[in-house]
Amino acid sequence: MRFVFKTDYDQDIRLLKHSGYWWSYGVLLAALIAFPYLVGSYLQSQIVFVFIYAIVGVALIILTGFTGQASLGHAAFLAIGAYTAGFLQSQGISFIVYFPAAAIITGAVGAMVGFPALRLSGIYLVIATIAFAFIVEEILARWESVTHGNEGMRVRTLDFLGQPVPRDGDAFYFLCLLVLVGSILLALNLLRSPTGRAFIAIRDSETAAKSMGIDLAGYKVKSFAISAALTGMAGVLFAHKMSFISPEMFTLLLSIEFIMVIIIGGAFGVHGAVLGAIFIVMVDPFLTALKDDVPVLGASLASSLGMSSEGSGKLRDTMSAIGSAAGLKGAIYGLIIMMFILFEPYGLYGRWLKVKLFFQLFPLYKKATFKRQKTYVKSERNR
Amino acid sequence: MLDFIQQLVSGIALGCVYGLIALGFVLIYKATEVVNFAQGDLMMLGGFFVFTFIGLMGLDYWLGFLFAVCAMAVFGMATERILIRPILGYPQFSIVMATIGLGYFLRSVAGMIWGTDDLKIETPFSTGVLKLGDLVIAHDKLSVIVATVILCAVLYAFFNYTRMGTAMRATSENMLAAYYMGIPVKRVVSLIWAISAAVAATAGVLLAPITFIHSNVGLALGLKAFPAAVLGGFGSIPGALIGGLIIGVIETLAGFYLPQGWKDVAPYVVLLIVLLVRPHGLFGPSMRKKV
Amino acid sequence: MSFFTVDSISLQFGGLKAVDKVSFSVEKGEIFTIIGPNGAGKTSIFNLISRLYDPTSGKLFFEGRDITEVPAHQIAKLGIARTFQNIELFENATMLANLLVGRHCHATTQLWQEILFLPSVRRAEKEHRRKVEEVIEFLDLQAYREKLIAGLPYGVRKVVEVARALCSEPKLILLDEPSSGLNVEETDDMSFWIRDIRTELGVTVLMVEHDMTLVNRVSDRVLALNYGKVLASGTPAEVQAHPDVIAAYLGA
Ligand SMILES: Nc1ncnc2c1ncn2[C@@H]1O[C@H](COP(=O)(O)OP(=O)(O)OP(=O)(O)O)[C@@H](O)[C@H]1O
Ligand SMILES: [Mg+2]
Repeated sequence: MRFVFKTDYDQDIRLLKHSGYWWSYGVLLAALIAFPYLVGSYLQSQIVFVFIYAIVGVALIILTGFTGQASLGHAAFLAIGAYTAGFLQSQGISFIVYFPAAAIITGAVGAMVGFPALRLSGIYLVIATIAFAFIVEEILARWESVTHGNEGMRVRTLDFLGQPVPRDGDAFYFLCLLVLVGSILLALNLLRSPTGRAFIAIRDSETAAKSMGIDLAGYKVKSFAISAALTGMAGVLFAHKMSFISPEMFTLLLSIEFIMVIIIGGAFGVHGAVLGAIFIVMVDPFLTALKDDVPVLGASLASSLGMSSEGSGKLRDTMSAIGSAAGLKGAIYGLIIMMFILFEPYGLYGRWLKVKLFFQLFPLYKKATFKRQKTYVKSERNR
Repeated sequence: MLDFIQQLVSGIALGCVYGLIALGFVLIYKATEVVNFAQGDLMMLGGFFVFTFIGLMGLDYWLGFLFAVCAMAVFGMATERILIRPILGYPQFSIVMATIGLGYFLRSVAGMIWGTDDLKIETPFSTGVLKLGDLVIAHDKLSVIVATVILCAVLYAFFNYTRMGTAMRATSENMLAAYYMGIPVKRVVSLIWAISAAVAATAGVLLAPITFIHSNVGLALGLKAFPAAVLGGFGSIPGALIGGLIIGVIETLAGFYLPQGWKDVAPYVVLLIVLLVRPHGLFGPSMRKKV
Repeated sequence: MSFFTVDSISLQFGGLKAVDKVSFSVEKGEIFTIIGPNGAGKTSIFNLISRLYDPTSGKLFFEGRDITEVPAHQIAKLGIARTFQNIELFENATMLANLLVGRHCHATTQLWQEILFLPSVRRAEKEHRRKVEEVIEFLDLQAYREKLIAGLPYGVRKVVEVARALCSEPKLILLDEPSSGLNVEETDDMSFWIRDIRTELGVTVLMVEHDMTLVNRVSDRVLALNYGKVLASGTPAEVQAHPDVIAAYLGA
């Protein structure tokens, strides 16, 4: 166990609190920089998606985790960012202009959504964000002069000051990594300054926050705007990565996927966004494996255990039938959401903290430390 | 004018379906503050059950109807026991997400079991129309309206004139106090889930002749019924029905009179406007936390 | 004009007159206590002062300024801080974060500066921290800095509430039943702290309290309230001897 002696207020303000942090995050960053040279293009591509999802995850953690405002409309913000990029690029505007422009436009829309959110809370806010997302989706489908409607829109290769940045290349990978690191730093900086604390105050008690001098309206709008702007940036990257965007890519299901990122990762810390993103993006390769590799593996395992070749062949067929059943992804998503909320409400990051504490306190760890106090329905009606 | 009335009647029929699903939302919300996003999928499952009983096993319509409703009631209870009870007291949004997960799961499993083709059953209301002068109302739509009225009357009587109904109202007022007064809160909550799933199943069966039975039908309708419940003010039973009617009528009229595309968004636009003016819906009580 | 004046203020909830034409004024450096049976309207008066509720009629003056129309989130900046009867702390944050929120009304940094965490922000943060540490020292809360509020015992939370209010460096502090739920020792501590808040920090105290021993020990003046109306006011002894007050408490 490490004992940190505090002799300076700076120690509490610093992001990397002691040498252990320097080591672990240094190694992580080095690994991420080395990655493109080590792994194949498929995996690299998946990692780019992890970055993009993680940026949205950070955005959602700021809004939902810190400020306590639920949103099932983040796919719409992603869409606004993506379409802004696509449209401005097609008008011959350069990346260094349309990237910030997308962030600003999405942020402004986010602030506009934030205003009605001032008076709404809980379930009313959830439905309002869903309604907002539907309306955006419909606008994208109808505003054909800009968005090409349901036909979708082609997004050309990113051009950075005359330098093409192909979507499968290393440069694009590093760009996404950079944006992710930037948004994580943004979130952490907010968290250690008055604005972030105001967000948390609003989440835990609006009344007390008001009495402490926090302007609820202003900070809720800020939270929505920041979250939307980050998502808009992710949208630009998303548009370039997909190279084609159409309204049906940005449905409620995508918003749900984003929420899954923070449920799986854990919404109370920025780490959760990254862990959750890794998990969500890797569901697809996992499903492919389930379809292709696992049946073969299972069959060979069965035959090595002495099963007849006919029997093992049958087993392989059944397993691959299950693996390739239509809609399996939905079932797995559903199960994942339910299981995490039931058994791992603090997400992967929460689990990691528990494991860490277990080793730090070994053998004194008490299971009860993390036991949830059973509450009899806490009313959220009178908030 | 006739066109308008014709559309209005269709809208009311559609609104009744939304209202029925919204009713399920509200029943559960009132008692437990859980917002069950899978309500539409419970309806979908009810449709598949009735298809199994009638279409596959060849039972009589009414018998199949009864079986499906009972089966769904049991299913609702099981859901409450397995998924909801352990997470009561979590932040509301977590619970919402859990039910969204349930919806995902049900849709996908239903698709695996019953396939993804549109299924259809023969019902006594599938054909035939009622003519009132020049006005033509199909029996399937009429059956929805009539059933909604009957169901509401029954639920109203149940809540106001039976011991169990009173216990339910007490539970939804204040769960802890009800518990101290000796009301078996857990059983009451179970039963509320059963009722709400049964209501959803009823909607599913009634809807079977109008839309086809398909695993995604619940999501689509649930997403309309949900605004209906919110519009009425979550937690108000008449509000749910009125909200359903409003959404149904707006959707149908918008589909008829406005350019393409408005049909699906119009209910949401109206919803946003209403929420801006009345943050707790039309009939929701606006409560404030006491400090 | 007095330091703080409540002028014939009323608050109505539907048909219920929670506060009915109440007037009183508090002098600088005073400890002023409001007493009254449950539901008398004491907390409602606090909510009116901190602008959580809008009065049906009447006015509030603080340092000669009319604050009846000031929005709730600007009250703290004027120098009025409060605690809550049923503890409204930020449950899922550390005590340190809670106290730093108390400094919010003194925050000067802009959002963009905070996003970049410029040196100016760092400097401001250290300054806030120094002020917070003074309060921690004052109320003996050193042991709990990094602890989540959700895990603290009730007695400590009551003190943290007072600490958070003090962090905003108020001129007037409103304490809503500071001793409710505390044991005898904790109540004792609280009474010393209340006096110290006045004498050492020079903060005027307006409080609601049920514990008459505490009231007698610390208050300069007392106001008795029932059904939203003022029954009596004066020194603690005078008020307790007043026939209407005795009647209200004994239910005659
Ligand atoms: N938000 C509200 N809505 C409706 N009635 C309210 C509200 N807040 C307070 N009341 C009512 O106003 C009256 C005064 O309440 P208040 O909380 O001020 O009493 P109190 O003197 O603080 O009592 P206690 O000693 O129990 O704290 C009570 O009858 C209460 O029910
Ligand atoms: Mg009170």
